Amino acid sequence: MSRQLTYAEALSEGLVQSMQRDDSIFVTGIAVDYPSGMFGTTSEALAKFGKERVFDAPAMENALTGIAIGAAAMGKRPVIVHPRNDFMFLAMDQLLNLASKWSYMYGGNAGRVPIVVRGIIGKGWGQGATHSQSLHAVLAHFPGLQVVLPSAPADAKQLTIAALTGTAPTVILEHRALYGDIGEVPEDFIAAEVGKARILREGSDVTIVATSLMAREALTAASELEKYNISVEVIDPRWIRPLDTQTICNSIRKTGRLIAADITWENCGFASEVAAMAVEKCFRDLVAPVRRITLPDCPAPVSLKLEEVFYPKASTLAKAALSLFDRREDGDLEQIDASDQFKGPY
Amino acid sequence: MSSELRVWLHQRMLRVRIAEETIAERYSRQEIRTPVHLGTGQEAVAVGVCGALNDDDVIFSHHRCHNHYLAKGGSLNAFFAELFGREDGCSRGRGGSVHLTDLHAGVVATSAIVGQMVAVAVGAGYSFKSDKSNRVAATFFGDATLEEGGIYEAMNFASIHKTPTLFICENNLYSTESPLHVRSPKDTFGDRVAAFEIATELVDGNDVAEVWAAAQRGVVVCRNGDGPYFIECATYRWREHVGPNFDHDVGRTYRAREEFDAWKARCPIEHSKKALVRDGICSLADIEAWETATSVEVSQSVEFGLKSAWPTSNTLFENVW
Repeated sequence: MSRQLTYAEALSEGLVQSMQRDDSIFVTGIAVDYPSGMFGTTSEALAKFGKERVFDAPAMENALTGIAIGAAAMGKRPVIVHPRNDFMFLAMDQLLNLASKWSYMYGGNAGRVPIVVRGIIGKGWGQGATHSQSLHAVLAHFPGLQVVLPSAPADAKQLTIAALTGTAPTVILEHRALYGDIGEVPEDFIAAEVGKARILREGSDVTIVATSLMAREALTAASELEKYNISVEVIDPRWIRPLDTQTICNSIRKTGRLIAADITWENCGFASEVAAMAVEKCFRDLVAPVRRITLPDCPAPVSLKLEEVFYPKASTLAKAALSLFDRREDGDLEQIDASDQFKGPY
Repeated sequence: MSSELRVWLHQRMLRVRIAEETIAERYSRQEIRTPVHLGTGQEAVAVGVCGALNDDDVIFSHHRCHNHYLAKGGSLNAFFAELFGREDGCSRGRGGSVHLTDLHAGVVATSAIVGQMVAVAVGAGYSFKSDKSNRVAATFFGDATLEEGGIYEAMNFASIHKTPTLFICENNLYSTESPLHVRSPKDTFGDRVAAFEIATELVDGNDVAEVWAAAQRGVVVCRNGDGPYFIECATYRWREHVGPNFDHDVGRTYRAREEFDAWKARCPIEHSKKALVRDGICSLADIEAWETATSVEVSQSVEFGLKSAWPTSNTLFENVW
């Protein structure tokens, strides 16, 4: 019988199994050693390996990243955790102007700095503009930094292992709304293949490339679209950099239609990157315009009534897919949308 | 201080000075296509500190990093090859003047972003401490770095974790062309660093023996597990902020001629030379022989660099990951 874990438990297991195998791994950041254990993802590591290897840090996102780089240059594998990834704006210099360039800029002669930075993405319950966004498009713009977005428990574990066994600095952006999701997770110590997307569902009529929480929404939309005899292929790229363009292009060549769905904005965003890549590489295979489903072009609002219209959902994707076939929904598509049960802890 | 050490310090300063002045001489030939921030006049800081470090101790530095790289023993051949953008460069021609490395010599990395390496050096020190080794990480930075916020985060962490980190501030009074008094309420920095419960010293950065002695005290503190340690070195850069010229030769007046002349009269190498001869450690002829030998060595490295192959276009993507 297959073993089921939550996304949070899978993150924890990936970390603990990596720490068992590699003494050089340590974990730090604000609140990582609290009893709440970063929503349960660092508690077991703390219990097993103690405060030497899992310890609280002052509020110092910038220098903590630099400290991780220096420790990594001397052979450590630091893991920094940000309870909200939005705080990584304070660490951009060290991340983008040093960690990502270290290997290249010193010609490979200063070694590698395989730091791992975990950041949690917030959404809903009025967390608002500065605590409800994902930095993946910004981070993935720069060569040299791996950026991953797990959408399922197995990926949460295996991408963590990939980050902690690889040679490149890696940012893992975990969606808080996915922390309670349950899925099959292999017990073995398996690293996700670097730069390899996952086909979550095969289909023949339209490709939805969807990141993080939008991958879950895309699966819901795909089930609903069966009723319309529309067969949807759902691809979770998982790696924003390096990006698996091959898997995405193969799918577009099969379906001829693309919806690129992301948890952030359109302008200079990941959905736009996928759309541009598709048009450039698969123009002759496309039979319909490429659609992007992203956040409305404003910061995240707080008020319940505004939040309700702010976030794209499964129904948004289903309607977009129908429009590619010049069709409209029968009845109320919004009923497929999961109600937002999130009430914290944040 | 042993005579042997004093000779070593002087010879190292010559290595730095002659290499830098050679760059200044050749810069107009367009062979060195990378912005250079020459450290002439500040040699005693780099050499005094590196003289107190062991081979397996490490250093980090900033945009004006040639001094530190050469003082710690970084390869002279790889240095010039890097400035010429060649494959044999210490960073294979990918880094240039401000991105030097030589792990064999303990030069981990240098960077031109002000203050960026301070935290990185604290991280290296943290690593040494957690390994229970007695290695030390030193980081050099200028007075402008004390204006950057991130270094206070780093110093706070270093103090909490007692990391073996030597913070070496080269206070040369100017950030590019901005004098200290428009950038700081005080002209020294020990007080603010001491607020983190870090031991501090202020020394004459143009006296290599004084710098060495302070660094030696700092190294002992760090190796005893009582680090970090902060040393402010009062010094002065002779040439322009970036480039080979003297400011006054190109019409810049942000520094008074009298001030420049007074600091030039306090040349760290002349100071060391007089002391060596006065104390009977060597003769003027000995020192001239060292100067000649170093000039030959530098010339050979320049030749090495110019003969080194250019990186080929098919290596453009190497080491992105």
